[in-house]
Amino acid sequence: MKFASIMKAAALAGATAGVLAGSALAAEVPAGTNLAAEQVFRYRVLDNIRALDPQLAEDVDTAYVVNQLFEGLYNEDALGNPVPGAAESYEANEDYTVYTFHLRDAKWSNGDPVTAQDFVYGWQRAVDPALASTYAYYLGLVNIVNADDIVAGTKPLSDLGVKALDDKTLEVTLKVPTPWFVKTLAHSTLFAAPRSVVEQYGADWTNPENIVGNGSYILVENSPGERVVLRRNPNYWDNANTVIEEVQFLTINDENQGLTRWRAGEVDQTDVPAGQYPSLEAELPDQTYSVPQFCTYYASVNMTGTAPDALKSLQVRQALNLAIDRDVIVNAVLQGGQTPAYSFTNPHTSEFEMPDIPAASMTQGERDAMAQQLMAEAGYGPDNPITLDYIYNTSEAHKAIGTVIGQMWKEKLGVTLNISDMEFAVLSDRRHSQDFELARNAWCGDYNEASTFLSLHDSKSEQNDSGWANAEVDALLAAAKTSANPNEQYKQIEAIAAEEVPIMPIYFYAKVFMQTPNVHGWPFNNVEQIWYAKDMYMTE
Amino acid sequence: MLKFILRRLAIAIPTILLLIVFSFILMKIAPGTPFSGEKAIPEEVLKNVYARYGLDKPEWQQLLEYIWNIVAHFDFGPSFKYRDRTVNDIIAQGFPVTLTYGFWSFIVATTFGVALGIVAAVRQNSWVDYFAVGVTIGAQVVPNFVLAPILVLVFTLWLNWLPGGGWEGGELSHIILPVIALSATFVASIARIMRSSMLEVLNSNFIRTARAKGMPGWQVIVKHALKPSLLPVVSYLGPVFVGMITGSVVVDLYFSTGGIGQWFVNSALNRDYSTILGITILLGALTITANLVVDVLYAWLDPKIRY
Amino acid sequence: MLADSRIESLTTLERSEVTSVKGRSLWQDAGRRFLKNRAALVCAVLLALIVTFTLVGPFFAKWSIEKIDWTVIGKVPQLGFPSSQTGHYFGTDQVGRDLYSRLIQGTQISLGVGMLGASVAVIVGTLYGSVAGYFGGRLDSAMMRFVDVLYSIPYMFILILLLVMFGRSFFMLFIGIGLISWLGMARVVRGQTLSLKNREFVEAAVATGVRPFGIVIRHVVPNLLGIVVVYATLLIPEMILIESFISFLGLGIQEPNTSLGMLISEGAQTMQYGTLWQLLFPLSCFVVMLFSFYFVGDGLRDALDPKDR
Repeated sequence: MKFASIMKAAALAGATAGVLAGSALAAEVPAGTNLAAEQVFRYRVLDNIRALDPQLAEDVDTAYVVNQLFEGLYNEDALGNPVPGAAESYEANEDYTVYTFHLRDAKWSNGDPVTAQDFVYGWQRAVDPALASTYAYYLGLVNIVNADDIVAGTKPLSDLGVKALDDKTLEVTLKVPTPWFVKTLAHSTLFAAPRSVVEQYGADWTNPENIVGNGSYILVENSPGERVVLRRNPNYWDNANTVIEEVQFLTINDENQGLTRWRAGEVDQTDVPAGQYPSLEAELPDQTYSVPQFCTYYASVNMTGTAPDALKSLQVRQALNLAIDRDVIVNAVLQGGQTPAYSFTNPHTSEFEMPDIPAASMTQGERDAMAQQLMAEAGYGPDNPITLDYIYNTSEAHKAIGTVIGQMWKEKLGVTLNISDMEFAVLSDRRHSQDFELARNAWCGDYNEASTFLSLHDSKSEQNDSGWANAEVDALLAAAKTSANPNEQYKQIEAIAAEEVPIMPIYFYAKVFMQTPNVHGWPFNNVEQIWYAKDMYMTE
Repeated sequence: MLKFILRRLAIAIPTILLLIVFSFILMKIAPGTPFSGEKAIPEEVLKNVYARYGLDKPEWQQLLEYIWNIVAHFDFGPSFKYRDRTVNDIIAQGFPVTLTYGFWSFIVATTFGVALGIVAAVRQNSWVDYFAVGVTIGAQVVPNFVLAPILVLVFTLWLNWLPGGGWEGGELSHIILPVIALSATFVASIARIMRSSMLEVLNSNFIRTARAKGMPGWQVIVKHALKPSLLPVVSYLGPVFVGMITGSVVVDLYFSTGGIGQWFVNSALNRDYSTILGITILLGALTITANLVVDVLYAWLDPKIRY
Repeated sequence: MLADSRIESLTTLERSEVTSVKGRSLWQDAGRRFLKNRAALVCAVLLALIVTFTLVGPFFAKWSIEKIDWTVIGKVPQLGFPSSQTGHYFGTDQVGRDLYSRLIQGTQISLGVGMLGASVAVIVGTLYGSVAGYFGGRLDSAMMRFVDVLYSIPYMFILILLLVMFGRSFFMLFIGIGLISWLGMARVVRGQTLSLKNREFVEAAVATGVRPFGIVIRHVVPNLLGIVVVYATLLIPEMILIESFISFLGLGIQEPNTSLGMLISEGAQTMQYGTLWQLLFPLSCFVVMLFSFYFVGDGLRDALDPKDR
């Protein structure tokens, strides 16, 4: 077996599929629990909820709503492992290129049966150039046959590597062995779509009066900017085990306002503003949470020819990287249980072994001394000072981090850092086109395997914002795909990246939030923060 | 009078056209697109998206088609960011909200402002006057983005009287805080204008005459002094209207009402071109209408003005 | 917006001031009247103090606007409070920077925005208004229609668009504010010019063969000075308010520079977290400043309006 370690989790799921069938997650209410009479969960979202069309959903908050309204073949459990959703079980062939899913007897909210054809329709929709989903590339990313060609318009929709063998059997063909394929199915792009409803109402099919879903909840109100209200779906296959009657998503743009309203009892969960965790933790220890999140915060360094001369110097990049005191950023600016990062891949990646980065085990004093020495070696100093630009998207927390880094560099290395903010859209464009010197960046894993992070170092990756091209890294990434122990390659890649500094990792995210104590069943340990209201319940 | 209104309308149309063209050009030359995001979108996908919204056509053609759709079908096009909605949907959803709390704020601002102004003027230099002047100046200079969170802190968290946000179809309890936050500044400024113009009128000869003839105090004010002293307030209503539209951004952001102000800011930051354009045009048309109404009202109140 | 309200009160001034232009001691009279207005006088003194503070204050600062106090960062509610011992007379902001220095800098920027906006209004508005008013006819109606057109544009939204599209900078903010600030001034000045242009001294100038533009500059504009000064004084606080709103939206000037609006909106965000000084110092400075401008403006208007004696 070639891909032993990556596929272990997936293979396990495959092997035990029969056992798991029927025992998919639901709200597990211990006997004798005093359930609240009013089972309403009110969740605060930062921005307006957008299109509730599974194939068009882009942002995280919208995905949370879509996850309640629709269901993919497999969901995620509280730990982030796949559990059967619309499918009861699956088999994969020897080399993990053909998957066969067996659908359970489930209904859409209008009473129609959920069929394999509905999945075929949904997936074809996702890559349909006419729908033009911005997530169309996801199907290519997870290796479904012909997905990229269909997006490019060179092949018809019917060529997509997904077929309904009969009403309840779905066959997926992948272009390369993909043992982790089942882990990608909780993403809304790969949900089913109700063909008759979509064709009848067109773009209006997601209106509350038209929408039909196969998830545990149905949409009853959609007022973007104010709230989205869902009520339990009596036609859901596991409705008997659902406890929460109503889910409300309340948009509160300002996080301080969110906290005030949480204190007033208007929402059940809200984020903690940067820096406020310690005092809230001291005040309300049983309602303040900080849990690891599957993201890394870092600064991209322009590694292309357009970079200023100073950044072309390896010593300067290393010095700048060393002089960032992560402990100050984590413990004094954010103060929310984030962890300092000296390498890229999130430590909560399953099966991943953290690399040994020399800087990680030094004291900040040692790092600073080394940084000053490197700077002197590179020929920069008070008589030859460096001025650099750092761009970030408008936000108080990003501003604070930029400010603090700038002062660290100024005091330790005499580097002047000009920081400037812009909208996210502009920052993204400038990052993608290497129109920057240093840029704030962050990456959240799409699936729970280290390549979701490290493939960004691939010189051909579209997400390689640094523009860093290293032949050795490319070769290692290719080797990792078929390696018996890809951690070998991953460690080497991290070591090269730490040496070359195309990015300066700063910290690993934590989700820091307040939650009222009567909410139960929240998946604290799911680092991807995927949650289902059907798995939760409220007590008095 | 009719001629005057027609003439104003004749200016309004080119104004709106100018506004469309200006906003359209601004957006076309701006960096960033509605489809810029964390993840770089592959070329092929982007091409499909552009084709879907007709963004692959030459710019002048896009502009002409845009204007034509508005003129012929009153269609502002699809939103690029809220992909299951058209701009018409967004306006239909957000605008009634803004209109509701805006209307009540307008009523509150004018009635309270005028009443406070009259009382302060009539009882000049009494404690009522000082109180009114003090409070109004305070309300006038404290920005509403400071006032709004304070209101929520006091009325929602401490007193637990009113919800700190949401709309719920325009239920009374959800309207009160937005109205206070939006109208405070204007209650204050209207009161100040009213006070000074009332003082001026009260010192004028015809009021002295009326008083000398033995007319009771309040009757003089209501019958004779009120109408002329309202003139400056009326001419200020246009700016009040514009100011309230601006203030709605703060109200929407703090109270999650789902109104049009928040849509504008969000769309501008997200480069949702069609939504920004639609809202700008809507608000421009409204501003023009409001100014026109104010002018007509003014002409009706002021016998000296002839058109 | 608010300044527009005062156009109305200014029309009374227009009417009456013209008659007093003849008196040579107009400005002396006005000065005497202004000095008698205690509220306005106190406010003028306050303004002078604020300006002095922004000029002299930096010499007493122990911290620069961007230097972070590493002992305070992360413990701002406990250690960042105002204290003369740490040198943070007004406390620190959320990342441990000295609020005293930042407040001075913010006040400078806000005042600068106000002054610049007002001076654009004075220069453009006065010239535009007086030319339109003096030449009259088609030119006048075309010019004033143009002002009407610009007036009916929701300018705050255009300003937001401009800042979003061209990035945040002091220059863009200044352009955006300057674009709209002169409209009200142009209207007021035109009205005033209309009543001036038939006066004897203008006719005399015409008779002696002074060129029309020369008349506007040399004879009309100087007589507009009173109204222009009043209007400009009232315009400054408007500009400062606009800037604060823009800062609240996160479209203000770039770090490490700051403005009062930015400091207030930062302070408002943390007001529940035991760092109230971050709101109170900039807010009081802001309120006192605007307060004073309004009172001084009103005082100047009353002083220049002889009817109110």
